Amino acid sequence: MAKIRKSEKKEMPALNTASLPDIIFMLLFFFMTVTSMKEVTYKVRFTPPEATELQKLEKKSLVRYVYIGTPTEEFRKVYGSETRIQLDDAFADISQIEDFIVRERESMDEDEKNLMTVSIKADKDTRMGIIADLKQALRRAYALKISYAAVQRTSY
Amino acid sequence: MAKKKVPEINASSMADISFLLLIFFLVTTSMAVDKGLSRRLPQPLPPDMKLEDTETKIKDRDIFVVKINSMNQLLVEGKEMNVRELRAAAKEFIENPANDENLPVKTQEEIEGLGLVEYTKDHVISVQNDVDTQYQAYLEVQNELVAAYNELRNDYAMTRFGKVYDELDEEIQKAIQKMYPQKISEAEPKNYGGNK
Repeated sequence: MAKIRKSEKKEMPALNTASLPDIIFMLLFFFMTVTSMKEVTYKVRFTPPEATELQKLEKKSLVRYVYIGTPTEEFRKVYGSETRIQLDDAFADISQIEDFIVRERESMDEDEKNLMTVSIKADKDTRMGIIADLKQALRRAYALKISYAAVQRTSY
Repeated sequence: MAKKKVPEINASSMADISFLLLIFFLVTTSMAVDKGLSRRLPQPLPPDMKLEDTETKIKDRDIFVVKINSMNQLLVEGKEMNVRELRAAAKEFIENPANDENLPVKTQEEIEGLGLVEYTKDHVISVQNDVDTQYQAYLEVQNELVAAYNELRNDYAMTRFGKVYDELDEEIQKAIQKMYPQKISEAEPKNYGGNK
């Protein structure tokens, strides 16, 4: 007859967690490479429009952003609920666009200056008047490569 | 001499530390890739030039007018149209398959890499929008026009080379781009019967 061996120790053996840090580090590096830091804190609220013929913005360092939308809740009291433009971290006026572009271009490398792309991140309910003004300002500043930020449309 | 045993380093907190880092990065970064509809703006006009000088004479048949009013309705070549029909209409205009008299003139030209091809060289698509047009409607129109060009390029690449446009060599892509150049001109927004 088989004898059921009773172990002397009832205690569970300690789980070897030596590889746990390695796994977590791997995850960490994965996320560090595929994600990017937030550029700014949004002061305007916008939902991007939908489109299908989208292209990726290749080099982040060559892209400058212009945000257009209605001010978020906390800024409503000061700035009202009219559509506003945000450059970097502050609200801006159409007249400041040109200066902004020129300033940003100055800080770029010489050979990359004409590759600068301006990404227009505007709310889908924005009226075209403000966007047309923006485009005119960009033309004057010689920032001719633009990209209308949009999300992929899934259905019609 | 007895072998000295190195005391094991307690690494149990290592996991916690890396977890903390991981969570920090998850919170501060964003996964979303920036995508957008790429366009190129025209060169700015010299300040001493008047707008009339730039309006070169373009024949009526070479121009495809898309107007968007403040209610986001489309008027394409004088007819009302739904955005979904715009792509097909634009494709027909650019291609002019039947050599229609009301559609742009086809010219034969030698293009490096493609040989002698017939294409509508002087066609222009003109988009005019209202100050009050919604951005989404405007972008949809732009999107459909770009899509029309992309489809034409793709169709041509398929029939001529049996490959998708994106998989072709850069030189041939350039040649096809020359055959189907994106000519979308935008007028200053007007106030068509808006409330101002």
